[in-house]
Amino acid sequence: MRGLADIYSTLFRTDLAVQFQYRAAMVIWLIGRIVDTLVFLSVWTAVARSQGGQVGDFTSGDFAAYYIIMMMMGHLTFTWFMFEFEYRVRSGAFSPLLLQPLHPIHRDIATNISYKFLTLAVMLPTVGLMIWIFDPVFDPPAWAIWAAIPVILLAFLMRFFVEWALALVALWTTRTAAANQLYFAASLFFSGQMAPLSLLPEWLQTLAALLPFRWMLAFPTELLLGRLTPSEVLWGAAAQVMWLGLSWGILGAVWSRGIRRYSAVGS
Amino acid sequence: MAAQAPAIDVRELSKTYEVPVREGGLAAAIKSLVQRQTRQVEAVKQISFAVAPGEIVGFLGPNGAGKTTSLKMLSGLLHPSGGQGRVLGFEPFKRQRDFLRQITLVMGNRNQLLWDIPVIDSFERNRAIYRLERGAYRQTVEELTALLDLDALLDKPVRNLSLGERMKCEIAAALLHKPQVLFLDEPTIGLDVTMQRRIRAFLTEYNQRYGATVLLTSHYMADVEALCKRVVVIHHGLLLFDGQLTELVQRFSPHKTIIVELENGHGDLGNYGEIVASSEGRVSLRVPKAETAQVTGRLLSEQPVLDLTVEDPPIEDVIEEVFDRA
Repeated sequence: MRGLADIYSTLFRTDLAVQFQYRAAMVIWLIGRIVDTLVFLSVWTAVARSQGGQVGDFTSGDFAAYYIIMMMMGHLTFTWFMFEFEYRVRSGAFSPLLLQPLHPIHRDIATNISYKFLTLAVMLPTVGLMIWIFDPVFDPPAWAIWAAIPVILLAFLMRFFVEWALALVALWTTRTAAANQLYFAASLFFSGQMAPLSLLPEWLQTLAALLPFRWMLAFPTELLLGRLTPSEVLWGAAAQVMWLGLSWGILGAVWSRGIRRYSAVGS
Repeated sequence: MAAQAPAIDVRELSKTYEVPVREGGLAAAIKSLVQRQTRQVEAVKQISFAVAPGEIVGFLGPNGAGKTTSLKMLSGLLHPSGGQGRVLGFEPFKRQRDFLRQITLVMGNRNQLLWDIPVIDSFERNRAIYRLERGAYRQTVEELTALLDLDALLDKPVRNLSLGERMKCEIAAALLHKPQVLFLDEPTIGLDVTMQRRIRAFLTEYNQRYGATVLLTSHYMADVEALCKRVVVIHHGLLLFDGQLTELVQRFSPHKTIIVELENGHGDLGNYGEIVASSEGRVSLRVPKAETAQVTGRLLSEQPVLDLTVEDPPIEDVIEEVFDRA
């Protein structure tokens, strides 16, 4: 365990140094994320105003709070491995990782955390600026803020494992871009990024509850908005744990087969 | 005394790839959507050999002979299609941690160091990943720095290094955990002569100091001559020769080269053997090995010889001869 802590702290430090070299690229990525949020926020604010200041149970101040929190959740939980695996497999960059006595997922977790650590320096002031401009209505009970800590951690872990497991498809085919696109389109809709899920028809809300995306983004966002009851939070956390366990299991099963496949074809 | 178990034990190791086949053109592209055709390519065909602990063996063959495929199978990157390769008693493709901690694979055309950070930071990552004790790690870095002359390089980002400098650092990074078995695939590719010599000297020193086993591929015969007493030659996936380098020359080169320098600077030596080179009064003659003594005697008695040497042909020529015969 001490060895693993040393591995993580060393990878974290060196990854931070690597990412520091790409400050400009990082800022451009972040601007993209912020622009996305601004677009959704502006559209829904306009719709709310045109309907007398409210859509469903969302006022324009609620939309502002929703999308600012959603942006932070997206930032804290996102991964890029579904894109990177194709490159790794195609270029052979995957091979050196397999020759080291450490499962590659550890490197990726460390890299992902170090990226977020560094980019928070830009994200947090942006959030402050958006709060000042959009005047969100944000008044969650204290218990919800405490409960959000494990819920966000679970959201990060389940999203990481789901996407890392899906990224392994690249071990079978290096044409993963189309499949990735499908995943991200579904995510945009069912995670609550396009619209708060409570504004969707009942049957779509049921479908969203059965898919993993809601538990990655909408659930922690709704929790921090103070829109969930304690029992809903417990059910949501149970769903997150279920998806985490499921993706972990799938990852374990797929990993050894995928590597066998990769090592049969070579690179 | 019981014979020492080989560090690398390869028995009838085979690898067959399935590769898609398609003719050029749009029609073939459309047809391949419906009916995908593949072809089996046997990259390695039932090769067997063993390498003793501490031995350096040259693994030779032209491009596409199956050398890299074999090294990848032995380091655990490729799953064999048949036969068995054991390294330090492990089955490589299982990639157990205890196995990975004892081997290394250096590929001359692949970059493992992180491009953007100083070399020493990449070393530090390997220290953590291989769980090396800090004191031992520092000592190894010092030793490798001295042996490879890395002092001025450790604090530089990898992208600022020349090809040769980077290769030295790649090799050092691959050896921080003091592996017992080294698989080196073209470790001197693209390097200038001085740097090649440096790396050869280092590998000899490393082998002697740590008793490491080395399996090395190289297209530079100077590497092979300097490092390997023994060579394994493969071609089209088949093992053609396994033995001492000198034996390879004996067996596959039916000729010797006689280099003669004449007093008068010139003269027709065509009837002594085949003239393969001639410049500034020095003539190189290729003669059948069995006739070497007789031709040498004739030259000395019939010509005003200033200097005369008898050499084996360059190893490149011998290897070419081996491939031609295959």
